[in-house]
Amino acid sequence: MDIDLISNILYAMVRTGTPLLLIALGELVCEKSGVLNLGQEGMVLMGAVAGFVAALLTGSLMLGFLLAIAAGIAMSLLFGFIALGLNANQVATGLALTIFGTGLSAFIGSDFVGKPITGLEPFALPLLSEIPLLGKMLFSQDMIVYLSFFLFAAVYWFFRSSRPGLIVKAVGENPHAANAIGLPVIRTRYLAVMFGGAMAGLAGGYLSIAYTPLWAENMSAGRGWIALALVVFASWKVERVLLGAWLFGLASILHLVFQGLGFSISSNLLATLPYVATILVLVLLSRNQVRARLLAPMSLGKPFHASS
Amino acid sequence: MIKLEPRGQHSKLMAWLSPVFAGVLTLISGAILFALLGQDPLEALHTLLIMPVSDIYGLAELCVKAAPILLCAIGLSVVFKAKVWNIGAEGQLLMGGLIGSACALALIDAEGFWVLPAVLLAGMVGGALWAGLAAWLKTSFNANEILTTIMLNYIALNLLIWAVHGPLKDPDGFNFPESAMFSDSALIPTLIDGTRIHFGMLFALLAVVVVWVLLSRSFLGFQIKVLGLDASAARLAGFREKRLVWIALLISGALAGLAGVGEVAGPLGQLVPSISPGYGYAAIIVAFLGRLHPVGILLATLLMALIYMGGEMAQINLGLPVALTGLFQGMLLFYLLACDVLINFRIRIPALSTPATDKLAANQEAAN
Amino acid sequence: MAEAHITPPRLTLRRITKIYPGCVANDSIDLNIEPAEIHALLGENGAGKSTLMKVIYGLVKPDQGEVLWDGMPVEIKDPAQARKLGIGMVFQHFSLFETLTVTENIALALGDDAGDLPSLAKRIREVSEKYGMALNPDREIHTLSVGERQRVEIVRCLVQPIKLLILDEPTSVLTPQEVETLFVTLRKLAEEGCSILFISHKLDEVRALCHNATILRAGKVSGECKPADESSQSIARMMVGDDTPISTDYPKVLREEPFLQVSGLNRVSDDPFGTDLHNISFSVNAGEILGIAGVAGNGQEELLGALSGEDQVENHDAIHFPHGAVGHLSPRERRAAGMAFVPEERLGRGAVPDMSLKDNALLTGFLTGLVNRGMIAHGKTRDFAKQIIERYKVKTSGTEAHAESLSGGNLQKFIIGREIMQNPKLLIAAHPTWGVDIGAATAIHKALIELRDKGAAILVVSEDIDELFQISDRIGAICHGRISPIKPTPDTTINEVGRWMAGDFAEVEIKA
Repeated sequence: MDIDLISNILYAMVRTGTPLLLIALGELVCEKSGVLNLGQEGMVLMGAVAGFVAALLTGSLMLGFLLAIAAGIAMSLLFGFIALGLNANQVATGLALTIFGTGLSAFIGSDFVGKPITGLEPFALPLLSEIPLLGKMLFSQDMIVYLSFFLFAAVYWFFRSSRPGLIVKAVGENPHAANAIGLPVIRTRYLAVMFGGAMAGLAGGYLSIAYTPLWAENMSAGRGWIALALVVFASWKVERVLLGAWLFGLASILHLVFQGLGFSISSNLLATLPYVATILVLVLLSRNQVRARLLAPMSLGKPFHASS
Repeated sequence: MIKLEPRGQHSKLMAWLSPVFAGVLTLISGAILFALLGQDPLEALHTLLIMPVSDIYGLAELCVKAAPILLCAIGLSVVFKAKVWNIGAEGQLLMGGLIGSACALALIDAEGFWVLPAVLLAGMVGGALWAGLAAWLKTSFNANEILTTIMLNYIALNLLIWAVHGPLKDPDGFNFPESAMFSDSALIPTLIDGTRIHFGMLFALLAVVVVWVLLSRSFLGFQIKVLGLDASAARLAGFREKRLVWIALLISGALAGLAGVGEVAGPLGQLVPSISPGYGYAAIIVAFLGRLHPVGILLATLLMALIYMGGEMAQINLGLPVALTGLFQGMLLFYLLACDVLINFRIRIPALSTPATDKLAANQEAAN
Repeated sequence: MAEAHITPPRLTLRRITKIYPGCVANDSIDLNIEPAEIHALLGENGAGKSTLMKVIYGLVKPDQGEVLWDGMPVEIKDPAQARKLGIGMVFQHFSLFETLTVTENIALALGDDAGDLPSLAKRIREVSEKYGMALNPDREIHTLSVGERQRVEIVRCLVQPIKLLILDEPTSVLTPQEVETLFVTLRKLAEEGCSILFISHKLDEVRALCHNATILRAGKVSGECKPADESSQSIARMMVGDDTPISTDYPKVLREEPFLQVSGLNRVSDDPFGTDLHNISFSVNAGEILGIAGVAGNGQEELLGALSGEDQVENHDAIHFPHGAVGHLSPRERRAAGMAFVPEERLGRGAVPDMSLKDNALLTGFLTGLVNRGMIAHGKTRDFAKQIIERYKVKTSGTEAHAESLSGGNLQKFIIGREIMQNPKLLIAAHPTWGVDIGAATAIHKALIELRDKGAAILVVSEDIDELFQISDRIGAICHGRISPIKPTPDTTINEVGRWMAGDFAEVEIKA
């Protein structure tokens, strides 16, 4: 393989990993607060369709992204109302959100399938993009990729040195203790869920406005679910989410690598790779139960009601 | 502002009323949605829910749709009782269809009464294998079954597409991604001539009865229920957790596999890329809506099959997107979860109640 | 007296009433606490103590009544406001976050007053040293012992100006010696003018520490007294009323024929925050009760898990029944060999909350002919449940009532009854009477003694040292996963066992 090919693969890896990174960062914050939202896939799809339709109708990509984020937040509030407000089972509510989001996005998007828009163009940073190998990978991307770098740093700082970050961790570990010392458990969880929704919505918008500028039913193709596995892979550590998202990005574009190496394998079989990789990751990371228990937020997925 | 107040003990009445409320709320929301889309709400609901079953053909078709959903859902009721979240009925159904088809195509020249049972068995094995994979990953590696079964769904779908484009493609099929038609001895006979209703519906009903006995009468079923309600109690009593997880997943997978092979060897008669319009996912909603109880699941299945048919009808008659089905499914589940709050909590609107009424209620409660 | 007119009471409660569905937790309660006073709030489980202190701390809003703070009426809306007034609270179930450091934990509770973490850490160090409660602010909570965790809770209250400190059953997690140290701290605080509300059901401690006491029974004030002037008996009467037997002495026995033999048991805990077991050896004889004392988190859970069979041990021979090694057997197989087990957690482990009493009878009773060729004998199971309910006077609406609908005491009677009615040769019971009322506790003790006299070997693991002295024939303690010497109860003292609980013993050597 020549250096251009490697450089291109790295570029595609980051680009493909970006939606995963966004979703996983959102879900990480959500899970740190003790809420397991399995509705990522539904929120991503709603973000994708809302963003695409807005961009198509108004011609403004910016408006598209904003609407994608808004759609993600709206969906997350629906989840929040049922799982936090009404204390429903988080697993079932998350599944419902995915089924609902899949249905609603297909319904809204049915008139827009196959319509083209001009997607978000990459924006190479002067000088930095000239760096061999890394220049194309890190500094010749589009604005949302750069934004994802920034959001990654922000979440990292949030948990490392901010008081709100400490509160989120405390609420996720022991909501009863948090309530007893007067921390706002439900409000904190709502905000965390909404952040997750915003990120998933943005990721959806990225898919339909930048990554493949079109709308297709189910176009997220399981990315919401893979991002959930990514959080497990990252052992709930922010820095590892970035690594994991890019590795998964790489797994998703392996057909490029194989083509580069001159192999020919059925594309349908290669399409299973990200999913197989996800299972492998889960197996490797979950095998040690003690470790898994130590790392996951302790109250993850458990409903909280102040009276109990 | 509304307040939730724990009931102390679950309300059985609300557990059964909640699905009814959810259905009614979905209908109301549906009517509003139709009105917003410029349709006459009543006529649209009529098209969606009454028209599809207004003749014998429609009723038969309802059963054709119901059979796979019922098989998947009744299987899911077993795993969900164990609180093993098998989201993979769809993938297990696809694998049942795929392996069953492979068997039917291998036996395409064979004749005899044994061919169909062999094909059905292969389908069940396919589904059970796929679920067994999740059981293995969970019991040996502690891998979260929600994520593994979802991933296995995507893998199964891609394998199926690969198979119809590759090894199982009909050599005389002008390069269409389809298998050859199965031989007659590999096809499930129809029950009523002139309709597509076939013996698969009977398998589903039989499965309902067997699962009912399992869960209400057998000690195995009891152990599965204890595991789901309180894993630490199951461990204390010495129930073998891993074995129970395996059994529950295998039952669920085999039934989903049967649903899949029932489609290819029943109404379809060949392997095609789209065996299932999401029956495996719909079955999750059905299982919840039916309260994991066999009778409840039977009723919920009929409703779900109706929603599928209504979606098609709405597309043909009203020009609405077929995605309407998914939308209704999602709403139904959401409303169900929201109404389920009434099982464990009492809703109280503080503005309407005074300490005196509270005290009265408290005394009544104490007297009970 | 003259002073009392000038300074109003620190806290006055007037006719505080709080009603929950199904029970009146606080019924028109009056309470007065003066500055620098150590005031005891006494009462059985369920008497309404917890609700009352949650009212004071702003966690529960009373339905009726008035709160006066330094003579002024106040409405305490939430803990933050309570803290602003100068009220601090040490919970029985600590409200601490395991994975965070001491400083972070305290910063969370202080809100915006916490300041930056390094200067807070310095304050923590100063305060903890001043009151004789050494603490390292940088440690994560899960590395601390229970006693140290309590210090964190107390220091959390003291880093802010404090006028009233509420302690909920603070001594139940401490060794007798640690209790002494705590009392020194509390007296010092009171001398500085801080009022203390001390919630307890241990009467000797209250008599040693408190100036005044308010006694609650069934949600009402049933008496007020100066504890030093009263006997434990007379205070206990105010707590339980006239018709409940308070306590009985049971004759002690000595037996020699071992049923359960534990020798050289080692185990690494599955729980990342757990305690490993080191070289545990003891035996329980048929016809005796062996009591093992210990502060929570010293390896009790791990020991009990290994004994019940929920966790199997590598060295099969480390746990021995008369017929052979059982260390590798499952709970079911050990039950078949005569074991019965009462876990610490009643709702969720001992009983399935969301199942009927009938199903909960089947949960461990399935070996006694309730299952026939894989099918449940529903009639027999119902009869079994009915017998338990009748024989052990379980208050419930019937065999179809869900376990979660029972009170703690009644559910515990049901669980113990379920185990005893299987005629075990060995009964292992963890904390059999925590959180139950005195009537139920007495019934449970009697049932245990009765089983002992029928010849069963009984092991009781408990944090309540008084209970162990009351019912055990022999007694020992567990600390840091090691077991102390075991002595016949009459040959030892609470002080000696207290030292064992703190780890003050030479390790027992195992014979080669």
